[in-house]
Amino acid sequence: MRDLFKLFIAVVIFSGISGGVLAAVRNATQDRIEYQQLVFVKGPAINLILEGCTNDPLQDRFKMKDQDKERDFFIGEFDGKKNVVAFETYGKGYGGDIGVITAVNTDTDEIVGVAVTTHSETPGVGSKTKTDPEFGAQFKGQPITDVFKVKADGGQIDSISGATISSRGVAGAVVQSGEIYKRLKSDLKNKLKAS
Amino acid sequence: MAKTAVQEFTKGLWAEIPPFRLVLGLCPVLAVTKTVENGVGMGVATTFVLVCSNVLISLLRNAIPKKVRIACFIAVIATFVTVVELLMQAFAYPLFLKLGIFIPLIVVNCIVLGRAEAFAAKNKVVPSLADGLGIGLGFTLSLGALGAIREILGSGMFYGKPVFGPSFEPFGFMVQAPGAFVCLGLMLCVMNMLGKK
Repeated sequence: MRDLFKLFIAVVIFSGISGGVLAAVRNATQDRIEYQQLVFVKGPAINLILEGCTNDPLQDRFKMKDQDKERDFFIGEFDGKKNVVAFETYGKGYGGDIGVITAVNTDTDEIVGVAVTTHSETPGVGSKTKTDPEFGAQFKGQPITDVFKVKADGGQIDSISGATISSRGVAGAVVQSGEIYKRLKSDLKNKLKAS
Repeated sequence: MAKTAVQEFTKGLWAEIPPFRLVLGLCPVLAVTKTVENGVGMGVATTFVLVCSNVLISLLRNAIPKKVRIACFIAVIATFVTVVELLMQAFAYPLFLKLGIFIPLIVVNCIVLGRAEAFAAKNKVVPSLADGLGIGLGFTLSLGALGAIREILGSGMFYGKPVFGPSFEPFGFMVQAPGAFVCLGLMLCVMNMLGKK
């Protein structure tokens, strides 16, 4: 019995120490990992839709609470004015969630660009929502307050052929962005003015 | 017969080079050697874990009760693997994306647990360190060599740079899974021929 107890204590001590070490390393690397993920996962999409901006949107970012969720917002500066915000929402795709970045001009409420960040859609079919520039370009210049639907659902968006579900997912994510934007518009404008 | 630390180190490079002589740790060997960069990255990560776990286990070898030693070894190894995973995410994110699931799988790489059980648990710190370094370096070299062959033949590149002219038609088979088996088999064959007296 005493023996068993000793074994038990040994394993507990080992697990405890390793847990402590891991917590320390995690704390030390957390911020850097977050930034790396931004650069390599969201970075390409953000740079694509904010092409021509004069700042670094990945550096110029802020967090804002929307209902009970904290979201990242990226600022785009055009012609010396910081009036574009980009943020990520998720739509239901064929293989899981599709991450979509939508950039909105806060002066005109128009969409500056839409791009897919992460997805697990079928390569060569649903993945075209990310790689086909014409698909994302359809949203450009449209008012963010519109309800976007694919043509199969009676909407205005041409879906990628063979990938109606993925296209619907992206459209849904943009609609969601519109709702968030409506809720936060005045706060976002104030924040942009202050920055 | 007690060997010197140098002997413990060099045995990992030839006499006991892990994938070819011990034929251990074949899962990452086959899976991540599409390119030299992936192979070497995986090798370095494994070496780090191997050296750290060997040293720590050797230090604690008298404190660990025999009956629960495997559980303790795994706790030590898993800790170092997670540390590597976090560090790689922080400082080499593109490599982390490519290696993905194979980084956490270092925990179950039988080379690491094998060295802990067979060597570090019975030897002093310095030989254990040498053993870990040697085996790790041997593993890295093997992955690098396999990666080089597969990348040069399979995509006509070395370390991401083209080595042949534009007329080279890549031998696509080599970067797929069967190519890995064939390539590993041929390398084992060559190693056995060279080792035969």
